[in-house]
Amino acid sequence: MLLSLTLNEKKVQAEIAPDMLLIDFVRSQGCLSVKRGCETSNCGLCTVFLDGKPVLSCSVPAARADGHCVTTLEGLQEEAKEFGAFIADQGAEQCGFCNPGFVMNALALFRENPDPDEEEIREYLAGNLCRCSGYEGQLRGIQKFLEWKKKGGAS
Amino acid sequence: MFTCKEYKKAATLEEAWQLNQKRSNLLIGGMLWVKMGHRSVGTVIDLSDLGLDTIEETEEEFRIGCMVTLRQLEKHEGLNAYTNGAICESVRHIVGVQFRNTATVGGSIFGRFGFSDVLTMMLALDSYVELYKGGVIPMSEFVSRKRDRDILVRIIIRKRPGSFAYQSMRNTKTDFPVLAVAAGRIDGRLFISIGARPMRAVQLVTDAKNAADAGLPDGVLETISEGGKITPEQAKALGEYAAGAVAVGTNLRASAEYRQELIRVLVKRACLAL
Amino acid sequence: MRTVNQPIRKKDAMQLLTGQPVYVNDVAPDNCLIVKLLRSPHPNAWVEEIRTDAAKKVPGIEAVFTWQDVPQDGPRFTLAGQTYPEPSPQDRLVLDRHVRFVGDPVAIVAGRDEKCVDRALRMIKVKYQVLDAVLDFRTAKDNPILVHPEDNWEALCPVGADNKRNLCAHDECGEGDVEAVLADCDVVLDRTFHTKANQQAMMETFRTFCSIDTYGRLHIVSSTQIVFHCRRIVAKALGIPKSKVRVEKTRIGGGFGAKQTAVIEIYPAFVTWKTKKPCKLIYSRKETQTASSPRHEMELHVRLGAMKDGRIRAIDLYTLSNTGAYGEHGPTTVGLTGHKSIPLYGKTEAFRFISDVVYTNEMSAGAYRGYGATQGLFAVETTVNELAQLLDMDPIVLREQNIIHEGDVMPAYYGEVNTSCALDRCIARVKEMIGWDDKYPCRDMGNGKVRGVGIGLAMQGSGISGVDVGSAALKVNDEGFYTLRIGAADMGTGCDTILAQIAAEVLECEMDDVTVFGADTDASPYDSGSYASSTTYVTGKAVEQAALELRDKICTLGARLLGCDADSVIFDGTSVICEKTGQSISRKEIATASQCGNTIALEATRTHSSKTSPPPFMAGAAEVEVDLETGAVEVIQYAAAVDCGTPVNPNLARVQAEGGILQGIGMTLTEDITYKNGRVLENSLMQYKIPTRQDIGHIQVEFESSYEDLGPFGAKSIGEVVINTPLPAVTAAVHNATGLWFRELPITPEKIVLGRLHQQE
Repeated sequence: MLLSLTLNEKKVQAEIAPDMLLIDFVRSQGCLSVKRGCETSNCGLCTVFLDGKPVLSCSVPAARADGHCVTTLEGLQEEAKEFGAFIADQGAEQCGFCNPGFVMNALALFRENPDPDEEEIREYLAGNLCRCSGYEGQLRGIQKFLEWKKKGGAS
Repeated sequence: MFTCKEYKKAATLEEAWQLNQKRSNLLIGGMLWVKMGHRSVGTVIDLSDLGLDTIEETEEEFRIGCMVTLRQLEKHEGLNAYTNGAICESVRHIVGVQFRNTATVGGSIFGRFGFSDVLTMMLALDSYVELYKGGVIPMSEFVSRKRDRDILVRIIIRKRPGSFAYQSMRNTKTDFPVLAVAAGRIDGRLFISIGARPMRAVQLVTDAKNAADAGLPDGVLETISEGGKITPEQAKALGEYAAGAVAVGTNLRASAEYRQELIRVLVKRACLAL
Repeated sequence: MRTVNQPIRKKDAMQLLTGQPVYVNDVAPDNCLIVKLLRSPHPNAWVEEIRTDAAKKVPGIEAVFTWQDVPQDGPRFTLAGQTYPEPSPQDRLVLDRHVRFVGDPVAIVAGRDEKCVDRALRMIKVKYQVLDAVLDFRTAKDNPILVHPEDNWEALCPVGADNKRNLCAHDECGEGDVEAVLADCDVVLDRTFHTKANQQAMMETFRTFCSIDTYGRLHIVSSTQIVFHCRRIVAKALGIPKSKVRVEKTRIGGGFGAKQTAVIEIYPAFVTWKTKKPCKLIYSRKETQTASSPRHEMELHVRLGAMKDGRIRAIDLYTLSNTGAYGEHGPTTVGLTGHKSIPLYGKTEAFRFISDVVYTNEMSAGAYRGYGATQGLFAVETTVNELAQLLDMDPIVLREQNIIHEGDVMPAYYGEVNTSCALDRCIARVKEMIGWDDKYPCRDMGNGKVRGVGIGLAMQGSGISGVDVGSAALKVNDEGFYTLRIGAADMGTGCDTILAQIAAEVLECEMDDVTVFGADTDASPYDSGSYASSTTYVTGKAVEQAALELRDKICTLGARLLGCDADSVIFDGTSVICEKTGQSISRKEIATASQCGNTIALEATRTHSSKTSPPPFMAGAAEVEVDLETGAVEVIQYAAAVDCGTPVNPNLARVQAEGGILQGIGMTLTEDITYKNGRVLENSLMQYKIPTRQDIGHIQVEFESSYEDLGPFGAKSIGEVVINTPLPAVTAAVHNATGLWFRELPITPEKIVLGRLHQQE
């Protein structure tokens, strides 16, 4: 079937199998940041935005996204760099495999709630598993990023 | 892996219903559970173009479209004001925000999953489901019905003076519940629903009709019907009552014995929070 | 120090954080065949008949392989990533007619896409002769049912293995007369502990792609910690010369020891070698949870003797380890249960340590961070905590009285001397960090919740003494930048960066002046691989030595260019300066000159191995809050002080510690492995519950550094020791909150509630 959607602000048309999942579609389009870490919708590695909302691309049929806007980390490079630098300064990226999904969902959090407290951070990002960091360094990085943002984002 | 031959976004409910009459076809909600299976389906039927992804609030009721996501429930101000935040509490532990942005209310209820927090909550709200062919029926009746090929269109919550609470126990914060309890005081009646037993949720209604059988301590009924605060003793007795009234089982997450204990604790806590 | 001991960003950090395609499945070409495995549904069975004709006819299917394609009497091999000759028994074939656990591969299918491969898998018809299985490791030894009855089973090392007794290994060691000392003690605690086959649960599952290179060789690109061992294993498995195999790693999406076993490489390697076509195998999470290389399930029996004044005089440990269907890392992990727990108590007069490692028809175990020390320390440290309670002593005071100190000989640690140790300072620091004196043993919060605190100590090693080999090759390039080639594997730990820091420190240059390449068997100098907490200590030392040698070479060429004697110049990192004339030539100029008419190689390769394995030490303290009615446990705070010698990169060392601690907490509280008829029930991340960020309060890590003379700039290891303390510390904290001792993990809310109920009865 023919799928037409907006991927990272570009119109894309492609012939797809009706049972293709969104994760496989975006990867076939070169968005390789999107990772699969489980088959049970638990890990958050495959997080993309569907019409601006973070969803699990491993669980969304690609066909459902027809006519909608999909964003992956490939489309958010500037934001990823700006925020990612704070995680890098903690060394909390570690193996990096969960990073794209984590960064995507963190960006979603900041859009929805620009000034989250610690509990709100933990709750919003609870669906992003990380086995390396123990989460503490990610939390420090997020909090430092938010402080920096509050001060106007000047270096 | 899950496979299908065709994917159809239905243009009308009638079209969806027609397609859904074929046994090899499948109506999907958020696809979260379907995807994990190994079914080979003819046509997947998607309702996402039918405008059923909204929560309508009127003076009398909430009308929740089947494609509303769990995240919409969680964030809906009107629903949470009406339920004292119980709705939010019932869904906010489910996996993560991305999951809740993907999972639909219709899918959660229609599946009548044992672990369903949403179903547990909806039972205590004394809610209704609107079926495309079957009309509006109470949630408690829907739960015990066999799965058929009708379409769950909406969930309806009728506004009445009341208060609500939700309690759950999980082995990790975002896991399935080991046990879930929702309680609602509506119009002088007490609804307690117990989910993740691990069988599907059941509803207990405490009113004048069954008070004697239940062996409730004196005064509980009066308290509820007169709108007074449930005392710690009464809450404890309600927990005992529920633990005796509801069957529980064992699965990977917990034993029946532990679940029995949890009913005592969580029912007590939910009632105290009303 | 300019770069060592500095919190420098990981070299690959921004690439990872912006989602660049650097992992196996991102770099595998689109035309790869897809490989999947058909697995046994039975824990012990004989493939009587297997029919693949229908499967082979599925459009798109390239090949289907079964045991008939693999010589059954050929040499067996192990998948353990260990130095040859491996202590792990040679007990595998690529495909074996005898399948030994639920999930053991029965057929390999390769085809154009996932759909056709899935279809073909369903069309393979297998007739099994189902055999009785060994499903309880306590009954495995000398069981009439043999997991490995075959005659071509082989143990290359004298580890006490005997396949006719289901024994993968047996060992006994000790010093002094344990029975006599125990008989003379005021108290003897006799306790039995049980830990499960926990999964590393790295976010990237196992994955490999293979192709045939320009020279007709097999090129394996894999997510592996052990490129060189992998080359050896694959060559043996396929029966081809090692010269025909090249193994390269990409970025690794987490390892924790899982990828110290060549869990999957042999299958796609087999397909590509037979078909000469590129292929890839990506394990599902289910496969990763059920047919991989988890921690060894163990039962540990501790007898600990002490005097009323708290003096610990003897420790007697018996460990029974379940290696599952195959013996990867079986003989070696078990040793750490005793050798890395008993030495903590330096005043013991006698110890005995006996171990059996048994085969069962359950999933095969492997290497997981901590590698047996985790299990041993849970048992010994919990027993010490119980002793404190029995003697009515503060467990910290008890530790202070008994622990090992710098300079002590450690009889239970292969007789090595404790050359660097700040364990005493670690304990003092942790006591302060957690607020022990205000919180021990517990505080009733007045709402049905009780908070308890508990402590645990840990040690590990830094590489395997006299075995592990680390190498580094450094060279000078255009404009004077350096390339560091290594065979160690950065699996997210940051060793590429840490090793570059060591090079930059010696070469007095900026971090950006050192690029890192690794690991590739064709291009990297030999390295055992990244495991056994070896990389910083062993490979780091090789880097230091290579950098020192390279400095000399830069000086030699610089002196020649300046026209002066080599011993009259110095190198300050930027220039070579003649001390007599004051003339200088920059590194950049030397680099340029080295590429024109030059005969001095500006390149140095050094290999290092250490006769000893200086232990890092650690103290950890947990504060938990227990809801007595529901049994819910929250770890509110976890305080840890680590002696890893000099932390080469304090940021990365801290995150190693924080991550390891949370893995340990997961093992203690939520991560369970249970079986039904030999089938693992926790076969997904839905059922196997690793902690989320809502499941942990704050983890606080500080360093109390000793200085290890044998390590690079005083460094020891950090990677593994960090997982060990939470097990005893959280267990003791739960005890202090509930009055219950748990000796089987995980401690679930259910166990707490039912434990209290039954206690009241």
